[in-house]
Amino acid sequence: MIELDGLTKRFGAKTAVDNLSFQVKPGLVTGFLGPNGAGKSTTMRMMLDLDNPTSGAVRIYGKRYRELREPLKHVGALLDAKAMHGGRSAYNNLLCLAQSNGIPQRRVAEVLDLVGLAPVARKKSKGFSLGMGQRLGIASALLGDPQILMFDEPVNGLDPEGILWIRNLMKGLAAEGRTIFVSSHLMSEMALTADHLIVIGQGRLLADTSMADFIHQNSRSFVRMRSPQLEQLKDVLHEAGIAPVGVPDGGALEIDGVGAEQLGELAARHRIVLHELSPQRASLEEAFMRMTADSVEYHAHAPGAPGAAIDNPARPADVPAWGAGFDAADSTRKGGR
Amino acid sequence: MTPTTTTPDRPRSYSSPLPSPRPHLGHALASEWTKLISIRSTLWTLGALVLTVVGVGMLFVSQTSDRDYESISFTTPALFGLMVGQVAVMVLGVLTISSEHATGLVRTTFTAAPDRFRVLTAKYLVFSVTAFTVTALSVFVVGIAASLAHGGAAAGAHTADEWLGAAAGCLYVTLLGVLALAIGALVRHSAGAIAVMLGVVTLPPVLGAMLIVWEAVAPIGREILQRNVPVALSQLFGMQEGGDLGAAPSNFSNVLILVLITGATVAASYVMVGRRDV
Repeated sequence: MIELDGLTKRFGAKTAVDNLSFQVKPGLVTGFLGPNGAGKSTTMRMMLDLDNPTSGAVRIYGKRYRELREPLKHVGALLDAKAMHGGRSAYNNLLCLAQSNGIPQRRVAEVLDLVGLAPVARKKSKGFSLGMGQRLGIASALLGDPQILMFDEPVNGLDPEGILWIRNLMKGLAAEGRTIFVSSHLMSEMALTADHLIVIGQGRLLADTSMADFIHQNSRSFVRMRSPQLEQLKDVLHEAGIAPVGVPDGGALEIDGVGAEQLGELAARHRIVLHELSPQRASLEEAFMRMTADSVEYHAHAPGAPGAAIDNPARPADVPAWGAGFDAADSTRKGGR
Repeated sequence: MTPTTTTPDRPRSYSSPLPSPRPHLGHALASEWTKLISIRSTLWTLGALVLTVVGVGMLFVSQTSDRDYESISFTTPALFGLMVGQVAVMVLGVLTISSEHATGLVRTTFTAAPDRFRVLTAKYLVFSVTAFTVTALSVFVVGIAASLAHGGAAAGAHTADEWLGAAAGCLYVTLLGVLALAIGALVRHSAGAIAVMLGVVTLPPVLGAMLIVWEAVAPIGREILQRNVPVALSQLFGMQEGGDLGAAPSNFSNVLILVLITGATVAASYVMVGRRDV
């Protein structure tokens, strides 16, 4: 159980985390979602007492992190997989952490085996690929066999196989009754792993809801119509009192709140040829982007109006424009899946 | 997209079978020792220290005769290498902490051990014991070699005091290393901290020489010229500085000054490390 109470962090005039209060409940995977720069990492650093909050407090089982007797047994954290000394072997990197908490040496070999790094245990960690480094970071989080696990963007830069591995690992750890707190800027990733969802934007709490509720509330459905007689179709819809919500491109119309059956019959009555009549569901990624659109810290100002991608939820093809300008690795990965 | 829903039969708590002793300073010392011996830079810096002190020292011993030791100590040959070798000790002191900041490892370290004072204390202890041991061993190897090779009647009388002076000299170099570690903890940047330490060692002789020319501040210049690091170290190793600067300050007062400066900087490092965001 982790409780945040009015947690605030200011860096000079900039407020990184703004009066954040929520609970992370045991036995669940809690997704911590927000665009880049929303204050996720700062919040996690304050949870671990690495950064001092400007005001507010974090309690882990009722105590401050610093007051935990055996920190690694309570909380395992992966903040930054690169936070290892590259000149040290994977084994020694973990050994010095284990020793500082009196964790037996055999546990180091155990976790290295668990994450699949046993064959490279004696290799220097600076030669590790992104995925191997991430696995080493996860091994360090698992070292104390803790009740609470915190992962900051664990799938960042991983290949599909690595992403699947982490997803299953997190589910398995939660199934053992552990508390998992995982941050991400990818809604689609959270939808697959998280039971509970906390969304922040510009340091403020935007949503604190169960995943099921979020899906229920945010999966907007609509019907897409395409026709060579677009103007006629528009007139017919207008006469019937139906206003299209979106007119994306190529002569398609999007209609909210009216069933595909009714629309099809309406078109048939007026002898309008339809090339497409398809019920659509907006993805959770789009719902998340609508929720955080106002609080995205760094918009990509790509030519072709990036705002359109956010206002118009029906075009997943435009999704990578969000943030694409400053995090090429992310958008590549997003496009690749 | 298949949403995961909460399974009601899932356990709500987890208890690890691992033994969990309450961590104390001993654990922190073991951890810091592993850190020190598991990186290459320790080998390089301490290796450079041993090579310069023993190498230059032995060369000096082989090129001198018994008579030369009438006016100097048997430990003096170790001084020349140590003048260079002290830089290696300072670099290792800085790297002991700044490498953690450079790699971000410090966050992992403080997550595993949130008692930052314990981590810092372990760093100071492990570093100073290691630095003193290696320095003293190299110095005494040279000193013993000199006394064995040139201990004849022509060398004159030698007392135990010169060995004590050399031990104090090793302590002096270790203190410089501890000061470097403290500066590293404050500056958190390898190159910056090493630059500061090089300034501490090399600037005062230059500054003193400049000030002594200027009438109004000449006494200050004289004081700096007599008390800076190279001079103090030479004196501890039995090289009496000649010249017209007047009576040299005692070894004790020289060591005391460094103890005070180092102590104040170490205290500042505790305050800053305890308070700062990492």
